[in-house]
Amino acid sequence: MNAFESKTRQNELIELFIKAVLISAATVSILTTFGVLFSILFEAIEFFQLRSFWYFITGTEWSPGVPDSKFGALPIFSGTFIITLIAMSVALPIGLGSAIFTSEYASPKLRDKLKPLLEILAGIPTVVYGFFAAITVAPFIVKFFAALGLHASFNSALASGVVMGIMIIPVISSLSDDVIRAVPRSQRDASLALGLTMSETIKSILLPSAAPGIIAATLLGLSKALGETMIVVMAAGLRPNLTWNFLEDMTTVTVRIVDALVGDHEFDSPDTLSAFALGLVLFVVTLLLNVISVTLIRRFKEKYKINTL
Amino acid sequence: MKHKSKQNNPFHDPSLKKRHASAMRFKMFATACIIFAVSFLLFFLSDMVIKGIPAFQQSYMEIDVTYNEKTIASTRSAIDKKYRRIVSRAWLRDIPAMVEENPELMGTTQKTWVLLNHQVDQYMKGHYYKIKDKDLKVVDEMKAQGKIELKFNSVFFTHGDSKIPENSGLRSAMIGSVLTMLVTMLIAFPLGVMTAVYLEEFADDNRWSQLIEVNINNLAAIPSILFGLLGLAVFINLFGMPRSSPLVGGLTLALMTLPIIIVSARAALRSVPDSIRQAGYGLGLTKIQVVQDHVLPLAFPGIMTGSIIGMAQAMGETAPLIIIGMIAFIPDSPSSIFEAATVMPAQIFTWASMPERAYIERTAAGIMVLLTILLSLNALAIYLRKKYEVKW
Repeated sequence: MNAFESKTRQNELIELFIKAVLISAATVSILTTFGVLFSILFEAIEFFQLRSFWYFITGTEWSPGVPDSKFGALPIFSGTFIITLIAMSVALPIGLGSAIFTSEYASPKLRDKLKPLLEILAGIPTVVYGFFAAITVAPFIVKFFAALGLHASFNSALASGVVMGIMIIPVISSLSDDVIRAVPRSQRDASLALGLTMSETIKSILLPSAAPGIIAATLLGLSKALGETMIVVMAAGLRPNLTWNFLEDMTTVTVRIVDALVGDHEFDSPDTLSAFALGLVLFVVTLLLNVISVTLIRRFKEKYKINTL
Repeated sequence: MKHKSKQNNPFHDPSLKKRHASAMRFKMFATACIIFAVSFLLFFLSDMVIKGIPAFQQSYMEIDVTYNEKTIASTRSAIDKKYRRIVSRAWLRDIPAMVEENPELMGTTQKTWVLLNHQVDQYMKGHYYKIKDKDLKVVDEMKAQGKIELKFNSVFFTHGDSKIPENSGLRSAMIGSVLTMLVTMLIAFPLGVMTAVYLEEFADDNRWSQLIEVNINNLAAIPSILFGLLGLAVFINLFGMPRSSPLVGGLTLALMTLPIIIVSARAALRSVPDSIRQAGYGLGLTKIQVVQDHVLPLAFPGIMTGSIIGMAQAMGETAPLIIIGMIAFIPDSPSSIFEAATVMPAQIFTWASMPERAYIERTAAGIMVLLTILLSLNALAIYLRKKYEVKW
């Protein structure tokens, strides 16, 4: 080999080596996903060897700590459901309304000022929201409903639900804003030219076209609400409570996970392992929501041939 | 020309008024939504500031303090009997250390500004919390003489956490945050950039790279608390790493921050025009050389922006760190990444659950400090992006 050929051979080897290093770095992300799945699955299986899976999904009594402990997670699932429902009923209208304003009614200058403000809302740590919910919102709700003659707990589902909803507003508004703006101008202009008002254009042309993206944004917000921990740990209750009354205290999946792992239990007891069983349910549900959401956005992009999302 | 009457005009639409009214209502709804979001932000920030500002002041009282052998052994005897109930225990505890640092104090009696306990401090700020009437009398008396003042609360920045509210501060949490962020960025930044470089420059469109892309997407959507479960089960139980350490915390947060860094690094790499790469190949460079010497340096500002934003997000994370134990009571600052530590958001969480009223203002003050740091980081990221933005 002459000098030129051996240098090329050297370069080839270095290229291969570096490519191998890069691939290994990229594989870490795969390892992590499987790591999360298996670490939770492993411990959850241990839990289901000690307690019935069917009762876990459908049972209504959750009493850890006693020798004959029962782990029916239905009250916990219902607590998560109700708080999430409250959160979404706050976040969806306000988020969508804000998105409609920033994409259709606001001038470009106003839009440039408003979007960073919404980003700040998104950047506030959830522990701060939790403190706000516990110290300012919850007492206000107690006083407000007391004036109406109703009793609200200091750990009411309403308090944590409302604050969680506010936290999710930026998720829905920023993605919805992007998808509404992505609908081609031709549709908007044609509708206005035919004499529809702005609101009719939005309601009957733009929103239906942007619907897959808006649904995807809602699912993402939903997934975030389900997995939210700090707001509920600080403002919601610890007691599993199967009820529709959102003024009562109830607990969620994430609160129980924290409570099971932070207490002084032995690691292999069903009390601690129940955290992993709950974690497994949370993982599966949020993963499903994410997959559906990503698929919807992909189809939306294909439909309008958009690269900017 | 005569106006045609409404009945004869074929273009008159009687429902037009209704439709316009409906359009106006719709616009008002959208406007109301954005006004709500923005006013909530303003209300929330001002609420935090109002609650937190009092924490930056602390009540001190000027009285005679005696420093001698007897008072070092039994620090309560260093001050007059009638003040012993209102002076902070923590301040008295420090007397031996004070004498050691300033030996000339020994054997003297000096007029010193002494830290008062939190019940008195809260009374000075307008709240009644567990303060007895006879103490109130002493405090009012000293206030009238001008011997009690609210001074700047430097304890907040020089002390770590404490069971005594007037003695607690943010210091150990801040150092813990710095150590944890160090570990996080040292792991997430290289891994993230390498993954992005692989996906953008080297990957063929095969199953493996598609799998990696799907995985990054899923990683970003996993709730943060599940990363805590991963940290607990794998890093602490399987690998046996020290619980509550910045090492485990940093590793867990690194895995959470990976998707953000990867996505923004990929966007930065993608924004470098292909002509640069083609020019390099045309001059005979290998792929590695093109990436290393041309693409990466040009993409660097975008990568930095994404990393700073990722770091800001990681700094505010609490849930996974709680699961791996970083909410232990940490009075002393950690000196290595292997010792137990806490981080600022976890400290805020701990203080928020303490019963004493004095902790409310400290929690709010801690929030103010944290939000200031996060806002500055985000502002820095935006500034860097604007400064180094190159329009190709």
